[in-house]
Amino acid sequence: MAPKRTPATASTSPSNTSTSTGPIPAPSAPTMPSASSSSNSASLSSGPKTLTTNSSVYDIAQTVWQQYVGTTPQRTLLLDAFMAFLVLVGGVQFVYCVLAGNYPFNAFLSGFCAAVGQFVLTASLRMQTSGSTSSYSTSSTVSGAKGKGKKGTTGAVADGEGEKGVVSHERAFADYVFGSLILHFFCINFIN
Amino acid sequence: MAESPLDVLLKGNSGRTTRGLLRIIILATIAAAAVSSRLFSVIRFESIIHEFDPWFNFRATKYLVQHGFESFWDWFDDRTWHPLGRVTGGTLYPGLMVTSGVIYHILRFLTIPVDIRNICVLLAPGFSGLTALAMYFLTCEMATSPSAGLLAAAFMGIVPGYISRSVAGSYDNEAIAIFLLVFTFFLWIKAVKNGSIMWGALAALFYGYMVSAWGGYVFITNLIPLHVFVLLCMGRYSSRIYISYTTWYALGTLASMQIPFVGFLPIRNSDHMSALGVFGLIQLVAFADFVRGFIPGKHFQRLLTTMIIVVFGVAFVGLVVLTVSGVIAPWSGRFYSLWDTGYAKIHIPIIASVSEHQPTAWPAFFFDLNFLIWLFPAGVYMCFRDLKDEHVFVIIYSVLASYFAGVMVRLMLTLTPIVCVAAALALSTILDTYVFATNGPNPRAKVNEDTSSEGLRSARKPDVGITSYLSKAVMTSSVVVYLLLFVAHCTWVTSNAYSSPSVVLASRMPDGSQHIIDDYREAYYWLRQNTAHNAKIMSWWDYGYQIGGMADRPTLVDNNTWNNTHIATVGKAMSSREEVSYPILRQHDVDYVLVVFGGLLGYSGDDINKFLWMVRIAEGIWPDEVKERDFFTARGEYRVDDEATPTMRNSLMYKMSYHNFNALFQPGQAVDRVRGSRLPAESPQLSTLEEAFTSENWIIRIYKVKDLDNLGRDHNTAVAFDKGNKRKRATKRKGPRVLRTE
Repeated sequence: MAPKRTPATASTSPSNTSTSTGPIPAPSAPTMPSASSSSNSASLSSGPKTLTTNSSVYDIAQTVWQQYVGTTPQRTLLLDAFMAFLVLVGGVQFVYCVLAGNYPFNAFLSGFCAAVGQFVLTASLRMQTSGSTSSYSTSSTVSGAKGKGKKGTTGAVADGEGEKGVVSHERAFADYVFGSLILHFFCINFIN
Repeated sequence: MAESPLDVLLKGNSGRTTRGLLRIIILATIAAAAVSSRLFSVIRFESIIHEFDPWFNFRATKYLVQHGFESFWDWFDDRTWHPLGRVTGGTLYPGLMVTSGVIYHILRFLTIPVDIRNICVLLAPGFSGLTALAMYFLTCEMATSPSAGLLAAAFMGIVPGYISRSVAGSYDNEAIAIFLLVFTFFLWIKAVKNGSIMWGALAALFYGYMVSAWGGYVFITNLIPLHVFVLLCMGRYSSRIYISYTTWYALGTLASMQIPFVGFLPIRNSDHMSALGVFGLIQLVAFADFVRGFIPGKHFQRLLTTMIIVVFGVAFVGLVVLTVSGVIAPWSGRFYSLWDTGYAKIHIPIIASVSEHQPTAWPAFFFDLNFLIWLFPAGVYMCFRDLKDEHVFVIIYSVLASYFAGVMVRLMLTLTPIVCVAAALALSTILDTYVFATNGPNPRAKVNEDTSSEGLRSARKPDVGITSYLSKAVMTSSVVVYLLLFVAHCTWVTSNAYSSPSVVLASRMPDGSQHIIDDYREAYYWLRQNTAHNAKIMSWWDYGYQIGGMADRPTLVDNNTWNNTHIATVGKAMSSREEVSYPILRQHDVDYVLVVFGGLLGYSGDDINKFLWMVRIAEGIWPDEVKERDFFTARGEYRVDDEATPTMRNSLMYKMSYHNFNALFQPGQAVDRVRGSRLPAESPQLSTLEEAFTSENWIIRIYKVKDLDNLGRDHNTAVAFDKGNKRKRATKRKGPRVLRTE
């Protein structure tokens, strides 16, 4: 599922699930090298395919995908796979609701909300952890661009990730478990 | 060096603990002041539930405590809305009752036997202390100086705009809701600042509690998405915002759907759609931000344009389809009346008839907020100066709440917290500037700096503090004077305007002593003791909850105005001729009719003054049978005297109000003291009802509906026949009614 994901949203095929659940945001890793400044672009687009100024949308999406596979660490990929699975679950429930009717509406809602909520929580966990993991793992490859990129993305935000946003992995995971517990408690209570 | 021991105490490490201790003591004192200033009503009157809605909450709480939570949840109440009943468990916000039920059981567990009534009476003051605490936390997130938090807590504790809904005895949803509102906002700000799932989840939990407590939760539902939306528009997207918002929304929506009364509204009702929309938007933004990490700007823009076009196309089609197929409900009427103040008056008279829903008069702002109202813009300006995420929140909140407070009187309550925050920010800045700039440890430090370093440094850092002791003294003392005036104003307003239970009225005798007018309870206890347990009482809906709570008798309509037609039926019965009304009364099994009449005492909140609303509401359902125009004279006046229209004089309400009223006065001297008009010489004749009870000051009059005549005559002829007979028995009758006065 994961390989299809990014191109599917980017290329103009209108997919039903992407609008209802929010389109599969694999959320930003703040320390990912930002390409807002043109000086970085040369070092970044050193992938297999070099983009020309008027390459098609599909080509751009391809490049994005290759960049993504190349730079993401293993643990984050695992989280992404889980998120893709949740999108799949949510999508299947939604399609079922549209096709077969929404009779036990409580059950549908709690199932769907569980998928969406878990997706969102996982995305949050990914944001909190991948920021610092990638700073270790990718520091060797893009360490030069990282400093600038970080300044470019978060410098505008007054006190961004710098001091407050950084949460230790254990804390982030504990929060994640806390949020998930509440989420599933409500879902089970609501499912009738 | 008299200060030196104090300096030791206030500096360095021990100083921090001392200050912490002082802060705790100050907060405890503020909470105590907040609680005790709300006890005026208990001292002046007694420990009694106030007004109308609290009586229902009180009754529901008693039911909860007696029958347990399970049966409270499934409570079907057949003693209200007489033929229909009400699914009470599914149509109320249970937060308030559950809270006091929990407190009751905890106290019982601790072997403190306490009456549930006292818990209900004192719940609002207790929670106001917590509100002051929450206010301290919220303001501390906004400002660096802790004095702002303390000031805000003090303001919140005693500001009349909040006291108006939280005096002891006003056991209403707002009593706990304002605490929850402020605390949810505090948790939200904390979540935005820290970007942690935990704070977001806590905010969602308290949001869920808020949903269970008050219908005003919609304010939070729309304010937080708006905050996020504005932040996104300002280009301030960050993962912190994503984490806090999505966590809050996903958990909060689920939490709010647990309340049966709310149910599926969060995904059906348009009031909640903005939150959903912003949820989708932030997913898109997060995804775009993620993709932007991989490719250079130009290509990213192309990708973005494609994405935007696709997404908006699909979303638009989806919205149209959903709206056309009716999945998304249209906006509710109360919502429309927020934007168009004339809307309710035209379309939904039942909403407009509630005095709380009227637009606010401008003196009310000063009356409720005193000098905070002119510090408020200054505080908002301070927020513009350092425009962090949380300051954006204050600005949005203040703009929205000011508008809403202008539209509806009761929404002054939502404006009050932000006014306290902003005013405290402004005042603490003023105080810090004038008191600390040169007075405290600063000048000495500056002197040291100047002596140690060369003149360049002092030139680089020009001395901008206020040095003159005169200006400092003037400024500080004027602030102190304002604060003292504020306290005096708050105390005066609380004791005079907001502490009346409105069930018990107070007046002054000519010699200045207090005279308690207790007609309501007199009449309700008469009903409780002299009527059958299942006797149905018909009254205008204002008194439904009180009859249910105090007299424990079934009512036709009450303050939970869920069925407009039923209310219109009562309105029609009240505003029609007896021949029309009597069948309605019979059909609804009415045994007694209760009216409130203030003509003797000059009590202006009586039924004749509310009568036009009954007519309007009835006219909305039966435009052919009840016409508002018929109740006005040819010159468009609403009169009760000789010139009153025949429709007016034949209406049941008029007859019941003025029945036998003449007997109190010299012939031809009867005067209605509310309307200030002289009444017709002869009393209106009632044939289908008979007077059952009239309270001491005639505020409440209760009539019994006559049964069908034994001989099959209609009531008119029966009464005429009785009149013919009556001459013989006239001597037996009691003399004319006289006003009983002690």
